Amino acid sequence: MNEALLYNVVIPAVKAIVSVLVVATVAGILTLIERRVLARLQVRQGPNRVGWNGALQWVADVVKLIFKEDIVPAHAESAIHFLAPILVMVPALTVYAFIPWGPEGTFRVPGLGMIRTGPYGTDVNVGLLLLVAITSIGVYGIILGGWASNSKYALMGGLRSAAQLISYEVPMGFALVAAILMSRSLSLVGIVEAQKAAHLWFIFPGLLAFFLYFVSGVAETNRIPFDLPEAESELVAGFHTEYSGFRWAVFFLSEYANMITISAIATTLFFGGWLRPFPNVAWLSFLDLVPGIVWFLLKVSVFLFVYIWFRGTFPRYRFDQLMALGWKILIPLSIGNVVLVAFAALWGIPGLKVLSVVLWVALVGGFVVLSRSTPKRRTVLAEGV
Amino acid sequence: MSEERAGTAASVPDSGEPMLGLREMELNFGPQHPSTHGVLRLVLKVDGERIVSARPDIGYLHRGTEKLFETETYPMVIPHTDRLDYVAAATNNHAYCLAVEKLLALEVPKKAQYIRVLLDELQRISSHLLWLATAAIDLGAITPFFYTFREREVILDLFEDYCGARLTLNCMRIGGLLEELPPGWIERVRAFTEVFDKNIDEYEDLLTENRIWKQRTIGIGILTGEQCIEWGVTGPPLRGAGVKWDIRRAIPYECYADLDFEIPVYPNADTYDRYLVRVAELRQSRRIVLQCCDWLAKNPEGEIRGKVPRVIKPVAGDVYAAVEAPKGELGFYLVSNGSNKPYRLRVRPPSFINLQALPEMAKGHLVADLVAIIGTIDIVLGEVDR
Repeated sequence: MNEALLYNVVIPAVKAIVSVLVVATVAGILTLIERRVLARLQVRQGPNRVGWNGALQWVADVVKLIFKEDIVPAHAESAIHFLAPILVMVPALTVYAFIPWGPEGTFRVPGLGMIRTGPYGTDVNVGLLLLVAITSIGVYGIILGGWASNSKYALMGGLRSAAQLISYEVPMGFALVAAILMSRSLSLVGIVEAQKAAHLWFIFPGLLAFFLYFVSGVAETNRIPFDLPEAESELVAGFHTEYSGFRWAVFFLSEYANMITISAIATTLFFGGWLRPFPNVAWLSFLDLVPGIVWFLLKVSVFLFVYIWFRGTFPRYRFDQLMALGWKILIPLSIGNVVLVAFAALWGIPGLKVLSVVLWVALVGGFVVLSRSTPKRRTVLAEGV
Repeated sequence: MSEERAGTAASVPDSGEPMLGLREMELNFGPQHPSTHGVLRLVLKVDGERIVSARPDIGYLHRGTEKLFETETYPMVIPHTDRLDYVAAATNNHAYCLAVEKLLALEVPKKAQYIRVLLDELQRISSHLLWLATAAIDLGAITPFFYTFREREVILDLFEDYCGARLTLNCMRIGGLLEELPPGWIERVRAFTEVFDKNIDEYEDLLTENRIWKQRTIGIGILTGEQCIEWGVTGPPLRGAGVKWDIRRAIPYECYADLDFEIPVYPNADTYDRYLVRVAELRQSRRIVLQCCDWLAKNPEGEIRGKVPRVIKPVAGDVYAAVEAPKGELGFYLVSNGSNKPYRLRVRPPSFINLQALPEMAKGHLVADLVAIIGTIDIVLGEVDR
């Protein structure tokens, strides 16, 4: 086969199809995992009837949703109502073109010989920037879907998400800037390689950046405690109140795809992507027997678990409190963090190492201080009037 | 937004700034909404998400129960009272029986009194657990629901073993009770109450010092003690506003005067303090249950029903009797004309009267707070609409 054709058309096409299928499937399975894990947190069983211990529940759900009647409310803007889920789904899947699941390698493919490629769509040299640009398109689908539904609850959900997503893009962007400063690269592959070269996962100097990124990421994906655009107990179902059947499923699937994206980016930027723990310690090299993609997925699943854990633990923020948290705490903190990291990065890798020590000592110290000063639970009953 | 009403330039109550040509949106909240706890409908006027006014519209569950009472003989009324506050049937039975007993001047045997109090307090625990579960879900915390239902299940099983029903108990009779406690029942109650304190700690671990929970509840839906008294609000909202008023202590009925328990009172009149009051009441109810268990273990013999005439025909007259139900003062005003049926039986439902304060509490808050406020009032629509 023509080499140009192979590398420019066939391989990307195969990768695109495979990644869309894999991501859609994994997002589906994630809904099942979430329900099972949440059930464990909540002293119950979770779905355990369809398939082996409920393993096919998500398939049953998808099939049900496909065959459900697709209702468009009266006086809805039907064209936009139709477009909105697509507008959410497409960016959610597109970003998987840049996420590096593992290192580049050479594979023998029968009939084609040796092929050198990596388990990612493409390595764009402005990958991170493109990623932020693409993910922020998704919010339009939510706003328009809420607006087009001709429902006040959906409209309020859409407006909430507009405000929320725009506010939380800012601290998230600054957190990414910190990661870029540390790695001096915008390419996601480059960032992982930089962590290997620096002998340092960026979670150490980027503790604050990671915290900001993950909190903003939870807000970006509309998950508890920031699930205000959906807010079941307040807005019924928020922006997707009037969606049913497969269109609703598309919103749902996008949410889970976005969760995986946020987790994958957190892994790539701060936890060494596909690298094994301590990638430069020679005597741990037996860990290399485990392929990079497995390390990557393990790290991602930790974050996904944290997402579910949050859901089992936290109440929901109120809208104004959410905005206050974003604008008054996260944004100043993220700007300060950029300055801090910039100075450390100026000094190069030793600077980052010093910053790591400072941040982690501060974290542990702060934790100790806080745990000592925990207010005693009020046991004394107040006297009556 | 075709339904949007063209209003005059309105102003937000607390900002005081006129809004330039903006209109308030009328939002129909319920009767089918996840957090209106039944079929409560609220017509909201909102400015963005801020509530300008909230008007409760009730009656979706109206069954004419009070009229129905007049067609039934005195004993036949009891099952109907189950359906008022259907998550706390024992206290409903109790309040009605108290009214009839007062009219008949009946003496209830000591043992029956203790069993009644035991049932009441178990019911209070189960009602408060249901409240905690739903109030937490309203604010987005889904996990406490499952923890509290685990314990509520035990209580409902106990009720089932005693009287065969889990919700509509029909467990009391005029002059006492229908049945003896089943063998081994007291031990099961005791086993439950002994671990229950730790279970309450579990709920508190999830909520009491939770930063988000506190942010969502402190300062929300303030109803001061004076306002509570003006509106006739009773129960945890009153005690959460610093007023020490509990019928069990203020006008003791049955054997409450002999029992050792405290009335939890918190001063700040907000949603958080009402939460603290209810959690503290869980602990106090547990204390009462344990004391009743002790007394009943020591005094296994005794009548469970007083000397009740075969046909209940009170003399003409009227009487009011009230108990401290989980949601507040539940009273029955009974008018008799000397026949075997009540001439008029009026219920003083705590849910209905507490709900009246909702527009006052919700004004100026956000839609998200409204949900917290509906939750904190703890209404049951069966009792509001009757």
